[in-house]
Amino acid sequence: MDAIRFTTVGDTAFNVEFGEGIDRPTNARVMALHARLKAARPPGLVETVPTFRSLMVVYDPLATGRRDMQAAVEAELSGLGTAAGTGALWRLPVCYDGELGPDLEEVSAALGLTAGALAERHAAGEYFVYMLGFMPGFGYMGDLAPELERPRRTEPRVRVPAGSVAMAGRLTTVYPWESPGGWHLIGRCPVPLYDATRPSPVLLAAGDRVRFEPVDRARFDALAAEAASGRFDPESLRAAP
Amino acid sequence: MTAPFLTAHCLTVARPGLFATIQDLGRFGHQELGMPVAGALDPIALRLANALVGNPQGTAGVEVALLGPALRVEAESVRVAAVGPMALSLEREGQAPTPLAANRTHRLRRGDLLVLGAVTGASVAYLAVAGGLAFEPFLGSLSTYVRAGVGPLGGKPLGQGARLPLVLGDAPEGAEVELPEPPDYATGPLRVVLGPQEDRFTEEAVETFLSSGFRVGKEADRMGLRLEGPALAHRGSADIPSDGLVTGSIQVPGSGQPILLLNDHQTAGGYAKIATVISADLPRAGRLRPGDALSFRAVTVEEAEAIRRRQEQALAGMIRRIRAVRPAGGIDLDALYTENLVSGVVDIVNGNADIPDLL
Repeated sequence: MDAIRFTTVGDTAFNVEFGEGIDRPTNARVMALHARLKAARPPGLVETVPTFRSLMVVYDPLATGRRDMQAAVEAELSGLGTAAGTGALWRLPVCYDGELGPDLEEVSAALGLTAGALAERHAAGEYFVYMLGFMPGFGYMGDLAPELERPRRTEPRVRVPAGSVAMAGRLTTVYPWESPGGWHLIGRCPVPLYDATRPSPVLLAAGDRVRFEPVDRARFDALAAEAASGRFDPESLRAAP
Repeated sequence: MTAPFLTAHCLTVARPGLFATIQDLGRFGHQELGMPVAGALDPIALRLANALVGNPQGTAGVEVALLGPALRVEAESVRVAAVGPMALSLEREGQAPTPLAANRTHRLRRGDLLVLGAVTGASVAYLAVAGGLAFEPFLGSLSTYVRAGVGPLGGKPLGQGARLPLVLGDAPEGAEVELPEPPDYATGPLRVVLGPQEDRFTEEAVETFLSSGFRVGKEADRMGLRLEGPALAHRGSADIPSDGLVTGSIQVPGSGQPILLLNDHQTAGGYAKIATVISADLPRAGRLRPGDALSFRAVTVEEAEAIRRRQEQALAGMIRRIRAVRPAGGIDLDALYTENLVSGVVDIVNGNADIPDLL
């Protein structure tokens, strides 16, 4: 296990780094400290932001200071285990299709696979939501099978459509918003991962798991129409424990 | 049937200006969802504007960039205050347009048109309304994050015809008040704490960062400022496993040209960050515009904390000295009795050191 390292983010935050890499054991420690600090709420804590291998601790420098906040965090580190996998399991529909996922052919060819084989292998995995970031609800999910690893596009797209299912490196995601993006687009999810009308607008949380369920174009269109009319219940995507 | 919302007291946008948004001090507590904090680029100006109209300092107001909107008063009366380098004027039926001063309150009547003009000398200025705006908070905040359509008005800038509902439909009568002097923003280098990844840069790069002049490039918005200057070399790759960002983080992608992140920054990023602007200097950073020159000086976290505390004291002192507006040409007796007549360094009456240049 790597030594824990504190790095400084100005006078309002610091990172607690548990390692250098993107792996489940390191991230489990991040999530464990995140949960502990949420429960302990030391005075002056504003929020904690979990990422792959570190937890950013944000505090109010007028209510506390670096020394006191670091001491409070260190107290929570003693006997810290790993977060028990309490996250939800989601089944997200995806239409793997050259029109909805314009990089599907190119990426499959680069990997020496047919488009169908790439879709099959992508849908075979269960992915862990390491963190959210980039845009509200954008989940960094891993780990993609090693034989599916591709570097990001050399030319990022200016506009990636909302719902695009994408992959880069050992990670995969669903873009919750239309946004710029440099990942390879291999399909599209018809239901929104962000919905401002829900009490918690973001469907996925760090620590959740995701399986992709292939749907054909007709089913995609039907689900998209249901979502557009507001009749789709995202809770139906939650898999039974 | 008319929805009650549509009949409520409001300010209606008669002309939208270029880019005005509703902002408070930010939407904290939801960055784990990837939700950016957003909030006022110059929180000191927003806080002072709110203090003038008697609001809690974190009340949402209108942040105006470039050119402000014209707002029609559709309420019995409303008291407003603008803080920041923005021209404003009043158009009242049957009268010639009248310029209004910033840094003080004004009571406007039904039918008045408040014209917020050009913002010059800084990127933003603020308008606060007594009682505040009656929008429904989203995740505990009224800040607007335009990229994801989050916040009041569908998360959009003020558009033609938009209605800003008012909590108070009739502002109480009473003396107008003013700031004794406009906020004085320090000049000199922006102060930073090195890190969190200064060890991902060569020693020369850190030295160059702290000793060189930079300029704000054309790509500058609420998300961040691309800086132009000497390239900063990494040791190895510029990429790190994405980790958390704050307003003031200075990330350096492979090009070596730093990006100073502002309030609409994404919650996490994968470029090494050489330093972080201290919280006391964020209002200055938020006021920067394309073409502005800047440089950096390193301080310790302890120094940054002390600077911030002194800044808060200076701000509190300034708010305590808010006073009734004097008739033009009158003798300022109140000031004669209460303000230090020697050098302005120590406010004897209030017993606080006064360090105006910290703002």
